Amino acid sequence: MSRPRSESEYLARLTPPSVAAAGISRRGFLKGTLGAGAAVSLSSLLAACGGDDKGGGGGGSASQEVTFGSNQSDAVPKKAYADMLAASGLKVRVNTVEHEVFQQNINNYLQGNPDDVFTWFAGYRMRFFAAQGLAGDLSDIWSGLSGFTDAFKQASTGDDGKQYFVPLTTYPWALFYRKSLWEERGYQPPKTLDELVTLAKQMQKDGLTPIAFADKDGWPAMGTFDQLNLRINGYQFHVDLMAGKKAWDSAEVKKVFDTWRGLLPYHQKDALGREWQEAARSLLKKESGMYLLGMFVGQEFPKGKEQEDLDFFAFPEIDPSIGTGAIEAPIDGFMMRADPKNEEGAKQLLKYLGTAKAENTALKADPTVIGASSEADSASYTGLQKKAVEFIGSAESIAQFLDRDTRPDFAQTVMLPGIQTFLKNPNDVDGLTKSLESQKKSIFTS
Amino acid sequence: MSDLPTVPAARAKAPAPRRRRGRRVQVTGTDRVFLVLMVAIPTLLVLGWVWVPAIASVVLSFARWSGVGGLDTIHWIGAENYKNVFTNYPPFYPALRHNLIWLVFLFVLPTLFGIFLAVLLDRELRFTRFYQTAFFLPVVLSLALIGFIWQLLYSRDQGLLNGVLNTQIDWYGDSRWNLWAVLVAAGWKHAGYIMLLYLAGLKGVDPSLREAAAVDGASQVRAFFSVVLPVMRPINIIVIVVTVIESLRAFDIVWVINKGTNGLELISTLVTQNVVGEASRIGFGSALATIMLVISLVFITIFLSTVMRGERR
Repeated sequence: MSRPRSESEYLARLTPPSVAAAGISRRGFLKGTLGAGAAVSLSSLLAACGGDDKGGGGGGSASQEVTFGSNQSDAVPKKAYADMLAASGLKVRVNTVEHEVFQQNINNYLQGNPDDVFTWFAGYRMRFFAAQGLAGDLSDIWSGLSGFTDAFKQASTGDDGKQYFVPLTTYPWALFYRKSLWEERGYQPPKTLDELVTLAKQMQKDGLTPIAFADKDGWPAMGTFDQLNLRINGYQFHVDLMAGKKAWDSAEVKKVFDTWRGLLPYHQKDALGREWQEAARSLLKKESGMYLLGMFVGQEFPKGKEQEDLDFFAFPEIDPSIGTGAIEAPIDGFMMRADPKNEEGAKQLLKYLGTAKAENTALKADPTVIGASSEADSASYTGLQKKAVEFIGSAESIAQFLDRDTRPDFAQTVMLPGIQTFLKNPNDVDGLTKSLESQKKSIFTS
Repeated sequence: MSDLPTVPAARAKAPAPRRRRGRRVQVTGTDRVFLVLMVAIPTLLVLGWVWVPAIASVVLSFARWSGVGGLDTIHWIGAENYKNVFTNYPPFYPALRHNLIWLVFLFVLPTLFGIFLAVLLDRELRFTRFYQTAFFLPVVLSLALIGFIWQLLYSRDQGLLNGVLNTQIDWYGDSRWNLWAVLVAAGWKHAGYIMLLYLAGLKGVDPSLREAAAVDGASQVRAFFSVVLPVMRPINIIVIVVTVIESLRAFDIVWVINKGTNGLELISTLVTQNVVGEASRIGFGSALATIMLVISLVFITIFLSTVMRGERR
């Protein structure tokens, strides 16, 4: 997944997409291959080696060194993280790994000799590592943390009810638009699906593409599926569906795809060959009316006037009994190794990372995310960030994202091609959902 | 392939002195140690880097394992992965089809075209060096870079091709076209490669053969097919093998474009999607890799049996 997580990562992408892809993903792939080779042949060996190191766990003190595994490999966030960690007053040794490589090798990393504290995301994968005993229990830290809403605490909780995660930043998924364009044309944010369709038709009449759309990388369209699913079937269904407890060939899921098919004529054409940056630029150039994406869409907008012109609204209501209380806001943060070499130091560091002070330092790197803590200093926030704070704060429930809420093997090898198949041939929903369900069964049995 | 040098090396070492001295070879202690090392190190490398992973893949293809936890977390599930590959994995058949199309396409167009170019260049045209360089240039570039170069021609909005044809086709993004667009790009490179191989072979053909054919009254075409082509048998086999290998290991150009999705599925990309990265469907990915191994074995067997039959003759 190549969602940008910082402004500098975005800047690195200003090179033509293919060149960037050639550079980054090829390198990442090669390293990943080595990692996979190790996984196949060395994994037991690694586990055995790791065992020796683990003997010393549990001890340590705040004055000793804490190791920190970071996936923030780009210059600006790397510096922001360095500043943030320096301000902790602890002795922290940072071990930075290239972003995509970190993610691809997480299995080997955690089973080998991981750092005491490491960067990760809330969601299924966090809970999975916790259940496997690869992450440390942070419940005692959480009792001392203030400023996190219940939704954040929920997102940091493992299957056993204990907390294993400390959030740092988050951003919402919503429908983004340009205020100036909408004022000029007199558009109003739609409240219901019917209003959305009416608005889209009006936009078509006005010569605009109503909804910008791109799915070359396979993940952006997952966001559209999630929004429709949350509006049609609600948050709990999303959770159960992602956990493999609900059937993909159920009437509920079919309704999501059917509704989506109804909206496809208003989406930008040829989405499978387009990257989200190109779709975002069509919004910037006022060729498209709105764009359903994460707030990182703002990274395509020049700072200042253009970025201030960006606004968003929640995906409109589809079923009045479900409402619009559920939103998606992926959370990035930190976890602790199951048996840290310096447990006291690690916990002290995590306690610090859960404060507004740490967040304020980190936020300087990227204006398209907001601090997870409600105590983060919002005075320096842009209008967009302030609105995001309000939006997330008032949400009834917060989903992460399809590929963060379900098993990665299911998301990558089943849902990604599945949704692309739907976009190519939206008419065979029965066949598609049947295939998704049968593949789900084969994956979720393990 | 990498184990080949060790066998002749070891064989050549032993009998050579025997012929020279005409009696039993006295191998001293250090020589013996040296010989053992010469054989043992490459053997261990081949075992460690080729055979152990290959066999481990085959073994793991009968298992379900997330790659998390020790070897005791591996569940043995028999042939279920294979059953799932064939009946419950929509991308598999497109990938298989694309690999076959790749193979047939490379044979029919770029390979034959490369041979044709070689024959033309062999006739000592003017500027032949220039043509050789021009046609060989893409071979030096990585397939990933070639994917990008062709992007400039294929781009939906700014591409040359759409400008010339006055169309709005998304050559890399539309699954009706993208496989063929990629094949043209890959073939561009392949033709140059084959041209060079064949040209080298043609230079080695004894000119008197052709003169003899001309004296006998054979036309140029006849002389090529009846005299030159049979003499070129070793090169022909190499060309076939290279083409098969290229089509089976096709991966990077597709991975750069869209990671092997949306009409560009290949077995190699499916293996990568399943095994590498977060997905960690190691058993399932191994089953795909094993299927790829079996397909390769078919060609390798044909190749080896042809070569060995040729050596016996």
